[in-house]
Amino acid sequence: MARSTQPVSTVPGLAAACVVAALILGTLAAVAFRAEAGHGFLFADWAALRFTLTQAILSSIISVVLAVPVARALSRRRFAGRRVLIALLGAPFILPVIVAILGLLQVFGRSGWISELLAQFGAPPIRIYGMHGVVLAHVFFNLPLATRLILQGWQEVPSERFRLAAQLGCEGRSLFRLIELPMLARIVPGVAAVIFAICLTSFAVALTLGGGPRATTVELAIYQAFTYDFDLGRAALLSGLQLVLTAAAAFTALKLSREGGFGAGLDRTIHRWDGGAPIVDAIWIILAAVFLLLPLSAVVMSGLEGLFTMPPVVFKAALISVAVAAASTAILLMLALPMAATIAVRRHGLVELSGILGLAASPLVIGTGLFIIIRPVADPTSLALPVTALVNATMALPFALRILVPAAQDTVLRHGRLALSLNMKGRVFFTRILIPRMRAQIGFAAGLSAALSMGDLGVIALFADPEFATLPLQIYRLMGAYKMQAAAGGALLLLVLSMTVFWILDRGGRWHVED
Amino acid sequence: MLKIRSCMITNGAFKLHADLDIEAASSVAVIGPSGAGKSTLLEAIAGFRDITDGRVSWNGHDLTNLAPGKRPIAMLFQDGNLFPHLTAEQNAALGLRPSGKLSRAEHLQVKAALERVGLAGMEARKPAHLSGGQQNRVALARVLLQHRDLLLLDEPFAALGPALKAEMLDLVAELVAETGTTLLMVSHDPQDARRITRKALLVADGTAHPLADTTQLLNNPPPALSAYLGTNQTH
Repeated sequence: MARSTQPVSTVPGLAAACVVAALILGTLAAVAFRAEAGHGFLFADWAALRFTLTQAILSSIISVVLAVPVARALSRRRFAGRRVLIALLGAPFILPVIVAILGLLQVFGRSGWISELLAQFGAPPIRIYGMHGVVLAHVFFNLPLATRLILQGWQEVPSERFRLAAQLGCEGRSLFRLIELPMLARIVPGVAAVIFAICLTSFAVALTLGGGPRATTVELAIYQAFTYDFDLGRAALLSGLQLVLTAAAAFTALKLSREGGFGAGLDRTIHRWDGGAPIVDAIWIILAAVFLLLPLSAVVMSGLEGLFTMPPVVFKAALISVAVAAASTAILLMLALPMAATIAVRRHGLVELSGILGLAASPLVIGTGLFIIIRPVADPTSLALPVTALVNATMALPFALRILVPAAQDTVLRHGRLALSLNMKGRVFFTRILIPRMRAQIGFAAGLSAALSMGDLGVIALFADPEFATLPLQIYRLMGAYKMQAAAGGALLLLVLSMTVFWILDRGGRWHVED
Repeated sequence: MLKIRSCMITNGAFKLHADLDIEAASSVAVIGPSGAGKSTLLEAIAGFRDITDGRVSWNGHDLTNLAPGKRPIAMLFQDGNLFPHLTAEQNAALGLRPSGKLSRAEHLQVKAALERVGLAGMEARKPAHLSGGQQNRVALARVLLQHRDLLLLDEPFAALGPALKAEMLDLVAELVAETGTTLLMVSHDPQDARRITRKALLVADGTAHPLADTTQLLNNPPPALSAYLGTNQTH
């Protein structure tokens, strides 16, 4: 009958969703099977749990508390560079963690800029390793995200409200209570929950700035159980703990947060009549910009010097990273496009669920599971790169679907009828209509996925092989060997590569798009 | 002959009953008040709406459960009749092959069809670089290439100015006459109906009424139609 006729088949999308579900749930089952119930949690495991929760709560609260005044300032001020700054707030999402950490070390580290400045006044240097550093790095990554999300909340307040408030002579604190507080009360819990969930799965930050019995996250503890002790049972047990944590946090975040997040239309300034103190807003904006830009400029500056001291192995690692990112992006598109098409023609529980499973899964848990599954049949280290590409693609999938699904729905809605009347269905509709119409979104999703994969320092660390390393892992190794200059050079190279692949793919998607 | 036998067409809470015949190679205007279900009727015939009861057949072949693309029907919608990322030639070629892969002979056919609708030399343009009238011409070229027995027009020319619309309707009339196609055309404007159809089909009060003579129907409209046309003051 007419209603069941659709221009694309739902079968490939279902198959892709099954692959994703099998990967995430299968590795989980492997881990659960391996976890020894009698083993119990050690004291160190409880410490890891406590540290994980504490740092995530602190990071989330600090990010949100700082984001509110910055977002408020951005929402009501118009200045040169405002658009650039708002666009820049999106950059940390694709910024490789290791690059940011090198930058933060340059600025806040023991021999960093601020410590040197303090030394001028005879003050002791800052201690960055441990809780401070982990929270600092998390705030660096999540303050921009929180600012964007809260800014969106401000933009969505209808301008009539502000007009009415101005008409009533409502200003300052009473305006805040009347309009802004209710908006914040609606938005902030979701933002805080999202950041909390992100910080729970933090691995690379904890690996580089944490460590030691007092600053180990669960994710890092899995890695340590795995690499230092090769205690698969304990790694599995910790994975189970991590899974409960992330699933609960992801569920809460999804419940509390609303649709959107990559939000369009952040350029609009709200017209307000209450003024506020321009100088206070300016200070917040400048502080936020400096906090974001200083570490990045530090990486660029020290990286330029380091470029010439890099050992050849760095270039090899860069090539490997490009290949892994390309493979990961290809896998992502093979999974995400059929899934998006399926969701577009018919809402399908399994497909949508598989699409968000990746938010709850932790890459280290999937990695542990894959290791357990692969080991009886093959040498896991020999499969390090394919596994990394696969896990990276799975992790990027929820974001990719969020970008692709609305475009797919729109295409089916706008062109489905005409295509059906021309008997264009299945593969023909997919390749001739759906893909070309979604080019811009495909480019954006591919760019994100490639950049995320390029900068990922997660599962590769589990499977690492002394011969083969991706660029982020190689930089980490250089840091471990105290070759900070070469590490900085590598970080600059990684930064340029990540931003370039993102730019090329995103641009490629929008090139000559006709509408 | 298109036979619509005691059909019940449902669109949400809206129900439309139809029981009528349309002769092959005739041109029929579908008229009636806004929201009466003119588009719904066409969409049901084309296979985009569920027919909950009854049957639709063409020359004795049952169409009721056929997919839209398998019916002997070409349809032009109010908008979105071209794919914006394909050239005029590629859009027209879809009428021959949905895959767009054409043989040499088929290429020539596409070229000829575009020439027939007055678009020689514009094959490589994309819809954004064509005027509204030219876009409709591309869609008509595709209809020509589709070689379907029935053409359903759901006001594809509504956005055009009066002169251009008349021009397009004349082109449709010519093409339909050349190919012996049966035409069903929704119209808001009595002038359009008079211009190219002899028969008309009134959709009003939840019913698609059997055909009547276009001129007679418009000259002596039943109450539901006259209220819509605004002619009741004169009676």
